[in-house]
Amino acid sequence: MISEKTRAAIERYKGKPGDELLRIEGIRKEFPGVVALDDVRFSLRRGTVHALMGENGAGKSTLMKIIAGIYTPNKGEIFLRGEKVRLNGPLDALERGIAMIHQELALMPFMTVAENIWIRREPINRMGIINHAEMARKTQELFDRLNIRIDPLSEVRFLTVAQRQMVEIAKAVSYESDVLIMDEPTSALTETEVEHLFEIIRDLKTRGIGIVYITHKMNELFEIADEFSVFRDGKYVGTHASSEVTRDDIIRMMVGREITDMFPKEEAEITDTILSVEGLTLEGTFHDISFDLRKGEILGLAGLVGSGRSNVAEALFGVTPATSGRVRIDGQEVRIASPADAMKHGMAFLTEDRKDTGCFLPLSILENMQIAMLQEKNVRMGFVEQGEVSRQCEEMREALRVKTPNMQERIENLSGGNQQKVLIARWLLTKPRILILDEPTRGIDVGAKAEIHRLISRLAGEGVAVIMISSELPEVLGMSDRIMVMHEGHMTGILNRNEADQVKIMELAAR
Amino acid sequence: MENVQIEPIEKKRSFRIPGDLSILLVLIGVALVFEVLGWITQGQSFLMNPQRLTIMILQVSVIGIIAIGVTQVIITGGIDLSSGSVVAMTAMVAMSFAQAEGYDRAVYPALTGLPVVVPLLIGLGVGLLAGLINGQLIARTGIPPFIATLGMMVAARGVAKWYTKGQPISFPTESFGALGDGAVPVFIFLGMAVIFHILLKYTRYGKFTYAIGANPQAARVSGINVQGHLVKVYAIAGLLAGLAGIVTAARAETAQAGMGMMYELDAIAAAVIGGTSLAGGRGRIFGTVIGTLILGLMMSGFTFLRVDAYYQEIVKGAIIVAAVVADVYRQKARSKAA
Repeated sequence: MISEKTRAAIERYKGKPGDELLRIEGIRKEFPGVVALDDVRFSLRRGTVHALMGENGAGKSTLMKIIAGIYTPNKGEIFLRGEKVRLNGPLDALERGIAMIHQELALMPFMTVAENIWIRREPINRMGIINHAEMARKTQELFDRLNIRIDPLSEVRFLTVAQRQMVEIAKAVSYESDVLIMDEPTSALTETEVEHLFEIIRDLKTRGIGIVYITHKMNELFEIADEFSVFRDGKYVGTHASSEVTRDDIIRMMVGREITDMFPKEEAEITDTILSVEGLTLEGTFHDISFDLRKGEILGLAGLVGSGRSNVAEALFGVTPATSGRVRIDGQEVRIASPADAMKHGMAFLTEDRKDTGCFLPLSILENMQIAMLQEKNVRMGFVEQGEVSRQCEEMREALRVKTPNMQERIENLSGGNQQKVLIARWLLTKPRILILDEPTRGIDVGAKAEIHRLISRLAGEGVAVIMISSELPEVLGMSDRIMVMHEGHMTGILNRNEADQVKIMELAAR
Repeated sequence: MENVQIEPIEKKRSFRIPGDLSILLVLIGVALVFEVLGWITQGQSFLMNPQRLTIMILQVSVIGIIAIGVTQVIITGGIDLSSGSVVAMTAMVAMSFAQAEGYDRAVYPALTGLPVVVPLLIGLGVGLLAGLINGQLIARTGIPPFIATLGMMVAARGVAKWYTKGQPISFPTESFGALGDGAVPVFIFLGMAVIFHILLKYTRYGKFTYAIGANPQAARVSGINVQGHLVKVYAIAGLLAGLAGIVTAARAETAQAGMGMMYELDAIAAAVIGGTSLAGGRGRIFGTVIGTLILGLMMSGFTFLRVDAYYQEIVKGAIIVAAVVADVYRQKARSKAA
């Protein structure tokens, strides 16, 4: 009972290794206010692994989602096996043989492996009842073919991350897909698991499958990829065979960007050490982080997403307290078990995710702004000293130029940049001595960005010690007095302002 | 990951009817409908009858007291299903310490004729305890409030029955009975409404309550002790349910294990009709008071129109659902506008 689709799928395999599987040309993708991809091209050949490289925000994920049919490009053409196609959603892409292995794995935890693989396509009898034995047999067959050793009848929630990934790969193969997209597949795997994954990938290659492989890791690139394409700021930079280049070449291709005068770090007087961190460790997340921070100093914290940057900030502020290590403030050892503890010591923390951990979306701008300052002060007998609090908030609103008709407006009606200013105001109103900023300018427009940079610079000038995490290297380089770089939970170096450049940072961040 | 954000453009805000006003309009609308139907079917006015209106408010005062506590729970994003059972439990316990002197079949024959503060404090204490258990369960174990308070709902009802093996408790002292006399329950209800309106609007307690409901992670990062605050909120809800139990017993001059049945749902309905969002972060005591009055108006109105009690319940159910649907659409319209 071979369906027409399956027959079409079998036809696909008639191609030879090296034939062009997928080609895209002149792709442009816009989001409101942002051009995510501009005139991008890409080509995938049968039986090869093609890696996509680039910094955070270079456009890799957007490209991947276009190939997987999740986004529709505003411009450009997609050719699949030489034929021009239009992908109508991920399901359409899947049925045409393009499968994506999701970074956040998309399996149903309380269903069996077999049920997950054959969902929507379960073998059924005449009565419409699912034939579980047949389904298990087909799964086993598939696994044997791919050398995967997982019980088809165990529930997915009992599987390790690596095993789940295998199941996703098997599922993709079961659709007879020949274009497979993998988004940082090794980020949660151990070394042996990575080895097993690579074996499977090599096996898939011999079957004529082409793999789009997104990674930040250089050594993987050389181990598994046949060729790679580099993207930068939504633009295509170039494609090379991975045997022809060195690490340095790739880094240069990734960063080759000029620092503009957008980052006006002013000279600030750097005085006494205020915060000193020694051997800070959160088991399984980051290890042995040590640094000093002085008044008036901006310490940049660089590293790729997942390097543990944000986790260090969260540990310092007591959101997820560290398991060991020492923190001293003004020379006194302190124990910070909660954000309230951190605030008592004059710390403030602007989180990375405005929506998840920043804004109170249903509440007004005023409520959003004043919440942290009520923690320690501005309350008498339980009653908020609203007159004084509102006055301070209004002053701060003017100082940061939050554009809003009035303070009673709900924060959800503001633009990203203005929301960010409200959150910064929330923390400045606590009059912090140590300010931790995690991606302070993410997703906001250029004008607001420059204003926030000026503000940070001014605060440092007033003697506030600043830790600034950023994925944008020019921002880190432009703003920081010193830059600490992290890689996979370890500190790989601290660079002074005058010795740091993009290549040096990338070398420490992506080894 | 891409750092692409959709940037809403600041827009001039169009005129919107404030939430408080719109709920008041609903109340007036419902009243007018009964007024018109009254003239048509009964040939008399529904509203021009002070006695009927007093009885109406009296009937829902107990629900209103509970609803005030439940409103702040719902603002934190939680729910309290236990209040009806807590009413029964506190009514029973408080009444057993409020029996008139010399009543020889009293629960505690040696403890009759006690001053009114004794049963009052014991009753409030029992309610507070139930609320504290709810709060601790939710804060410490992390189980959903629905489950924790569902457990309390069943258990407290059990305690109420076990307390006297199902026997009612009667013959309170005169001073205890006075707590339910005349319009006293209405004053207690409105007094609590004023206190909690102020508490939610002008104190740190209130600010933190809204913040936790709006975004618990952000609340924590802002330095709020979320778990500790939740315990307080549930404890206060229990305290108010306890007060409602005392008032119920005083008004009926007797306590029975079956008292307060389904009051928790009426209280939740009053809050929701009054504009409190089950998603947390939004709600006002003023709205809850109006919501309570709408419920009362409907009960009283249907009786006035001699509508069968069964139909009353069907319509009440429909109105609760309609209130939530209306809220969902309002929120959607808002986020589209943004």
